[in-house]
Amino acid sequence: METSSTGSSEGQARRHLLSIEGLAASDLERVLDLAETFFQVSRRPVRKVPTLRGKTVINMFFEPSTRTRTSFELAGKRLSADVVNFSGKTPSTSKGETLRDTIRTMNAMNPHVVVIRHSASGAPHHIIQHTSASVVNAGDGIHEHPTQALLDAYTIRQHKKKLAGLRVAICGDIAHSRVARSNAHLLTTMGAEVSMAGPRTLLPEKLAEALGVTVYDRIEPALEGADVAMMLRIQHERIGSASLPSTREYARQYGLNAARLALAAPDCLVMHPGPINRGVEIDPEIADSAASAILDQVEAGVAVRMAVLWQLCAEATEPLP
Amino acid sequence: MQYAELLVDAAAVADGLQRITKEIAERDPGADLALVGIRRGGEPVAQHLARLLGARTGQIILLGSVDITLYRDDAATALPSPRLGPSHIPFDVAGTRIVLVDDVLYTGRTIRAALHALLDYGSPRRIELAVIADRGGRELPIQADYCVARTEVADDSRVEVIADDESFRVVRTKGARGA
Repeated sequence: METSSTGSSEGQARRHLLSIEGLAASDLERVLDLAETFFQVSRRPVRKVPTLRGKTVINMFFEPSTRTRTSFELAGKRLSADVVNFSGKTPSTSKGETLRDTIRTMNAMNPHVVVIRHSASGAPHHIIQHTSASVVNAGDGIHEHPTQALLDAYTIRQHKKKLAGLRVAICGDIAHSRVARSNAHLLTTMGAEVSMAGPRTLLPEKLAEALGVTVYDRIEPALEGADVAMMLRIQHERIGSASLPSTREYARQYGLNAARLALAAPDCLVMHPGPINRGVEIDPEIADSAASAILDQVEAGVAVRMAVLWQLCAEATEPLP
Repeated sequence: MQYAELLVDAAAVADGLQRITKEIAERDPGADLALVGIRRGGEPVAQHLARLLGARTGQIILLGSVDITLYRDDAATALPSPRLGPSHIPFDVAGTRIVLVDDVLYTGRTIRAALHALLDYGSPRRIELAVIADRGGRELPIQADYCVARTEVADDSRVEVIADDESFRVVRTKGARGA
């Protein structure tokens, strides 16, 4: 799965999960297959296996997050790793310590894996120079959120039994969405047909060529015949800006409601990375309907992250030449 | 499949399986009985034993399988490319008499891992161990309750069980025969 390998003191290639871009279909399939086994573990009476006993995982979240941090924490704990959470609102960052110093301090405690979420795109790539641990990107700026794309793919596969050939519509604030970016890379690599829709002001230029997707500034054509409708969260801080006049206006034009969902395939799966703004990007009745896979996504998240931690910690890699 | 030496032929294994079927059936006949094959070599043996036991006792024999990859004591260090597969325990482990089934018993580490895995599904009445071949070389204090054949081989040899449909043969695939 490594998007980049760097040397470590043991002379072995260290693996990271920094982005979906650049991963081959076979790498992605391997994680999704592994996740099926880990999915079972979370449904047993004893939701824990001893596999990563003695491994240390540090979750470094410089942006607020509840579900992703909890999911990574449970993933590590269900593998018997020791998991420590570090949140960006702690004294060290408010005292002005640089990211470099923070990561070097954490590294001195000898973690095996560092999971990082940061508002700066590229932060995970930056920190691999300052730690000997494997690094997992848990969301960096508007760049990527690889484990979200993996859990989305897992959920789609769970319901549709495949990814290739499916029509997936990703709708919302595309320009600022790392979820959209990671999903576009993953889904197109796996052979799905991806379309994206959102207000013109929130659609970056040259997106279509860069990601290999079809782009619409209205939601209806993207939804037409879609097997999966993936709604993105509208960030409140963007409301009222030039690009997004009001939530009511957004909901009227881009919110997923029953009439719009009727344009999609009859068994269209509705997804959302959460947390949802009920009545803004998605109608509450649809979020709670049988078509919604939103809670399946949450469950899949733990399994997929267990698979990622397992791959980084347990699967031996080729020694560096 | 290529092998260096046939250690136990299919007829002898079939006789031995009939013998251990009788031993398993006669011990604790009142208890709910489940056979759990250790993936992957133990699975076909467990399936076959379940048929023999069902035919003999007329009872329904519960059947499951367990993958021990996540429970190996070297899981986090030494696996080049682990073939991680799902465990399948479709019955309530609590209070059940379980016979763990594997093809070859060697160091005992696989069995240790399988015991740990099974106990994570609940607390069984008892766990016993049935194997086709015991080749010695134990590294943990673990022994089989039911064994089709004991083979004497040198440390560097590899003993495998070849499964074809309903028949099993014990072979040596490399190394030398022991004294």
